[in-house]
Amino acid sequence: MNEQNYQGAPMNNGMPMNNGMPMNGGMPMNNGMPMNNGMPMYNGMPPYGASYMNRPPVEFVVEPMERTGEGPALLECRNLTKFYDAGRPALNQLNLRIERGHIVGLLGPNGSGKTTLIKMINGLLVPSTGEVLINGQRPGPYTKSVISYLPERTYLEAQKDVNSLVAFFSEFYADFHADRAYAMLQALGIPSGARLKTLSKGTKEKVQLILVMSRDAQLYILDEPIAGVDPAARDYILRTILSNYNPEATLMICTHLISDIENILDDVIFIRNGQLVVQSTVDNIRGKFGKTVDAYFREVFAC
Amino acid sequence: MAWDLDGDRPIYIQLVEILQNKIVAGEYRPGERLPSVRDLAAEAGVNPNTMQRAFSNLEQMGLIVTMRTNGRTVADNPGVVETRGKELADAEVEQFFRKMEELGYKREEALELAKQKISGGDKNE
Repeated sequence: MNEQNYQGAPMNNGMPMNNGMPMNGGMPMNNGMPMNNGMPMYNGMPPYGASYMNRPPVEFVVEPMERTGEGPALLECRNLTKFYDAGRPALNQLNLRIERGHIVGLLGPNGSGKTTLIKMINGLLVPSTGEVLINGQRPGPYTKSVISYLPERTYLEAQKDVNSLVAFFSEFYADFHADRAYAMLQALGIPSGARLKTLSKGTKEKVQLILVMSRDAQLYILDEPIAGVDPAARDYILRTILSNYNPEATLMICTHLISDIENILDDVIFIRNGQLVVQSTVDNIRGKFGKTVDAYFREVFAC
Repeated sequence: MAWDLDGDRPIYIQLVEILQNKIVAGEYRPGERLPSVRDLAAEAGVNPNTMQRAFSNLEQMGLIVTMRTNGRTVADNPGVVETRGKELADAEVEQFFRKMEELGYKREEALELAKQKISGGDKNE
């Protein structure tokens, strides 16, 4: 990044700084995938609709993360593929490496394969071909002990009260800190004696997120963690995540609310039609294109 | 409350600007200890790694110093801070004149208008 960017900062109010990068630099760099604007085609067929002709091509950035330390990466996907039936794969030869100490946004339109990927990382689905490795190991009891996972839907028993859920987590996970959970419950004014089913949708989500974030995991995977939570509590939750999480741990957040979390992300990953199309740091996207990740997302996935 | 950041520029650059303004304006004084990366990141509502990157930049600029055991302080060197402040002020003045030139004012005319603004007090506000 060149130094003029900030030293001359007052001079370039709002000027996009894309370093003369041509925005229409010809072909995308994602191994020959056509610019098909989200059409359900993935096998190299060029698109022919009139609307495709009028839209300038979007440049994709794929910059793998720098390696941190020796040994296996925290998370690695190799040619990861999942077919639910004989048709189109939900994930198609996905290669991805994620290192320790990052907050990563996993982004993509509906049906792009995000949840399939997450479920395979957590061992809830088995790859059709390829493999997913956590610290070099396939999903199993060990990987579950180092991953803290917030699924998109709750699996907690609605009859139980918050206290017994905390006790359940304490027993189940060696790295769970009940004191941390109670501190967050109190800060958000959630009565710990209340049964889950008596709580509102947003409050239930808060309880789950608190339980998941009260573990000392190496990898946190949060599938739509803040969708049902009001903006004030969202701020609190994001702040809590920022000030509590272990800097060696990695947080993978899958959400559609990009602009809400953009500032806390190191990196973003865009998935389309089961393939990785963008991997980059947030600041790189902003520096290169002079726009937010949210705006870039809308461009990449324009319908 | 999170800091007010633009969407279209890299976050760390904006953090550098905000922090250097605070240092130049004396909100953080020479030799004063800075909050931790983590606390400041939480206050700004940004990723700690991004705040760390901003700190590294400020360190390269000589505005802050990392103490081996005691976190970071503003450089105990009023000269560096003053020089940086002057550079920033210069750039702002230059920016003002350029904008006025775009509006068709010569620099002397722009200066005259600015003077009138001061002597005219706040009645236009």
